[in-house]
Amino acid sequence: MKGKMKKSNCILFLLMLVFAVFVLLPIIIVFINSFKGRLFISSEPFSIPRGDSFVGLTNYTQGLARTGFFSAFGYSLWITVSSVIIILLFTSMLAWYITRVKGILTQIIYYALVFSMIVPFQMVMFTMSKIANMLHLDNPIGIIVLYVGFGAGMASFMFSGFIKSIPIALEEAAMIDGASPVTTFFSVVLPMLKSTAVTIAILNTMWIWNDYLMPYLTIGTDYRTIPVAIQYLRGGYGSVDMGAMMAMLVLAMIPVIVFYLVCQKHIIKGVLAGAVKG
Amino acid sequence: MEKSIRKYFALFALPALVCFLIAFVIPFVWGLVLSFCEFTNITDATFVGLSNYVRAFTVDNYFTHAFFFTLAFAIVSVITINIIAFALALALTRSIPGTNAYRTIFFMPNLIGGIVLGWIWQVIINGVLAYFEKTIAVDAAYGFWGLVILMNWQNVGYMMVIYIAAIQNIPTEMLEAADIDGASYWVKLRKIIIPAVMPSITICLFLTTTNGFKLYDQNLALTAGNPNHQTEMLALNIFNTFYSRIGFEGVGQAKAVIFTILVASISLLQLYTTRKREYEN
Repeated sequence: MKGKMKKSNCILFLLMLVFAVFVLLPIIIVFINSFKGRLFISSEPFSIPRGDSFVGLTNYTQGLARTGFFSAFGYSLWITVSSVIIILLFTSMLAWYITRVKGILTQIIYYALVFSMIVPFQMVMFTMSKIANMLHLDNPIGIIVLYVGFGAGMASFMFSGFIKSIPIALEEAAMIDGASPVTTFFSVVLPMLKSTAVTIAILNTMWIWNDYLMPYLTIGTDYRTIPVAIQYLRGGYGSVDMGAMMAMLVLAMIPVIVFYLVCQKHIIKGVLAGAVKG
Repeated sequence: MEKSIRKYFALFALPALVCFLIAFVIPFVWGLVLSFCEFTNITDATFVGLSNYVRAFTVDNYFTHAFFFTLAFAIVSVITINIIAFALALALTRSIPGTNAYRTIFFMPNLIGGIVLGWIWQVIINGVLAYFEKTIAVDAAYGFWGLVILMNWQNVGYMMVIYIAAIQNIPTEMLEAADIDGASYWVKLRKIIIPAVMPSITICLFLTTTNGFKLYDQNLALTAGNPNHQTEMLALNIFNTFYSRIGFEGVGQAKAVIFTILVASISLLQLYTTRKREYEN
């Protein structure tokens, strides 16, 4: 490699470097602006904060106070983690059932699940939020039911695709040995679903963590997740405290970037599998 | 074995199915029914036939405008995203130093949520426009290109990852044989690489198209439809019809049905194209 790099590759390397800077620049600019007074963010957005424009952590303290960021972080974390766990458990069981039991009913269920994958949220958002309200699901526990229901399509589809590919003989052997369907599922089938489960967990984590509309419509007035809290910084007449906004954008990005750097391999594998199958 | 599993319907299938009924099946069917009704609170619905569907287009021209705006946005962003992503994938599958670091960086914006993305780009774009004493809310063209840039920033890395995986799956013998025959890079690209990654190109084209049509969060945070609904895309127009005009809930639901048919057709077309290719091979 050293010294032997071809000239064309050298140019490519530099091009990529320039491009990488462009990709990172917006994040860096937001970070820099989070230390500037709000007036300076609009008048000189690309300058380094110094003297008058530098306000230290004021934007952060004001932003935290106005958005209730820490509770928003808590709600986001709780809703994402518990929804993903329950999606994995419920849909893997459902997928196994509808794959192993043949019949008209399971066929209908399968096609309904596949159909739900291509329906945009706008189709159901009004009626879903009314139903959530009627059934008292408009709280951080009830919304999990909505996420499981709306996420069931893709998760069951991917699980069932994988279950179709594993030999049924293993399960039959377990059941001949006297294992009940429950033991068979949890001790034979479930361990084999691990890699598919990781993919589904990643895709659903990204969806639920970043989701805005569903929490806004169902629990938004009482319990704000991070995207909802950030959007609420926009006042009634479109006025925004850009200082607080910058600080909250930085805080919102930190957990995502940390998550990405820690689980990068799984994330990229997950979105790849999701793209191809979904 | 099937028989003994069948008895466990309540345990295995019911939990997910109950959620699925509450969150999808009932809202979907109910929504479909309500699109033919006039209502403000679902309990006071009266049947009005197709009038909501007619009103969706006649009450104002925002919905039609949103359709063409969304279409133009989808076309431009699909082309730019896929060209840039493919070019990056080609560059990063050659042996240049730091490919892994570059991949990591290029993919990162994809994980950031739409609302956060929209506000990030609002600052940047308004910052640039400030030099001309303008803001993004002045002219729909700024909003349009702003959305295109944002969409590229978010999706290029994702599509790049798909293209890289496809390019790495090409058997090296094929490329080596072409080298021995003295094929130039362009010939290899046209005759070997592009045909080999064609399935991935199809996937990426459809993925970016549906992402473009369904865009909502980014649209809300970046332009919120300003100026005067001119940068409103379909999803945002539907939301505004539902929630910012009393008495228009039925029209909103009718628009949502039209939107669903549109998005579902794209997905079915994708299914058809990919299936067709599988049979051909």
